[in-house]
Amino acid sequence: MSKKLVGLMSFIFLLFCDFVAKAQDDSSPVEVLRKDGKIYVVVAVISVILIGLFIYLFMLDRKVSKIEKEVDTIDSNQR
Amino acid sequence: MKKNWWKILAVILLLYTVIAGLLMDVPQLREGNLDQTIRNLHFHVPMWFGMMIFFTVSLVYSIRYLRSNDLKYDHKALEFVNIGIVFGILGLATGSIWVRFTWTDAWWVNDPRLNGAAITMLVYLAYTVLRGSLEDEQQKARISNIYNIFAYAVMIPLIVILPRMTQSLHPGTGGNPGFNVYDLDNNLRKVFYPAVIGWTLLGLWIASLRIRLKHVSYKLEK
Repeated sequence: MSKKLVGLMSFIFLLFCDFVAKAQDDSSPVEVLRKDGKIYVVVAVISVILIGLFIYLFMLDRKVSKIEKEVDTIDSNQR
Repeated sequence: MKKNWWKILAVILLLYTVIAGLLMDVPQLREGNLDQTIRNLHFHVPMWFGMMIFFTVSLVYSIRYLRSNDLKYDHKALEFVNIGIVFGILGLATGSIWVRFTWTDAWWVNDPRLNGAAITMLVYLAYTVLRGSLEDEQQKARISNIYNIFAYAVMIPLIVILPRMTQSLHPGTGGNPGFNVYDLDNNLRKVFYPAVIGWTLLGLWIASLRIRLKHVSYKLEK
């Protein structure tokens, strides 16, 4: 899970860097965020919200899997 | 984890949608007063694509239930309607904002396509009310799945046929050529198609979680 997450995060970061690099080729990342009417800040904020929701969904997914396994063991014990 | 590749695909496609959808150059045409709001194409329109797909999947499961009397299919039909309603309401809400700033100063206009979409939501909300009002498991499943087939048969003329037969402000209908210009824009397509797939996969993910929960609680009841 964590390895996948790290891979995913770095992919997103690279994607983001790509767009930033296209629009802008000088100075530090902080300066880049201030360029073009600060649209990159909006992109960053929305991306953070989306990533947060995805992590939450993945956790929910694992919880459901756990309950499924528990119910299955109860089921097989009764038979 | 092997079966979960499509969830990761959903994550990647949606992040791509947001990043590319907001940063990519868009056609600077003033037609239809759109300006930068054409970017809503990647967020508002996939809601309706998703809704249509979920309602269609639900219809298939309803028919399969009626043929087999297996409650497993009934649960799936229910949860796909639920996620379809969520997508539909989000589509109405986002559309309403878009209308306010591009067509008129009102949040809602009496447009055949808008009203058709709103009535469709009511028809499907009635499905959930119908389910809630019946006690017996099998009776509830049979009646609501039959209703689901009728709901689909009502939705198609309301959303797909009637708006095309009348004048409508909404693009893709009546006399407004609005999107024809943008449909040909390859830059928008590069984001739009992944967006549709991404949002639909997200809905599928949520629906699958609810189906699994429903299945587990049904097992526990037994």
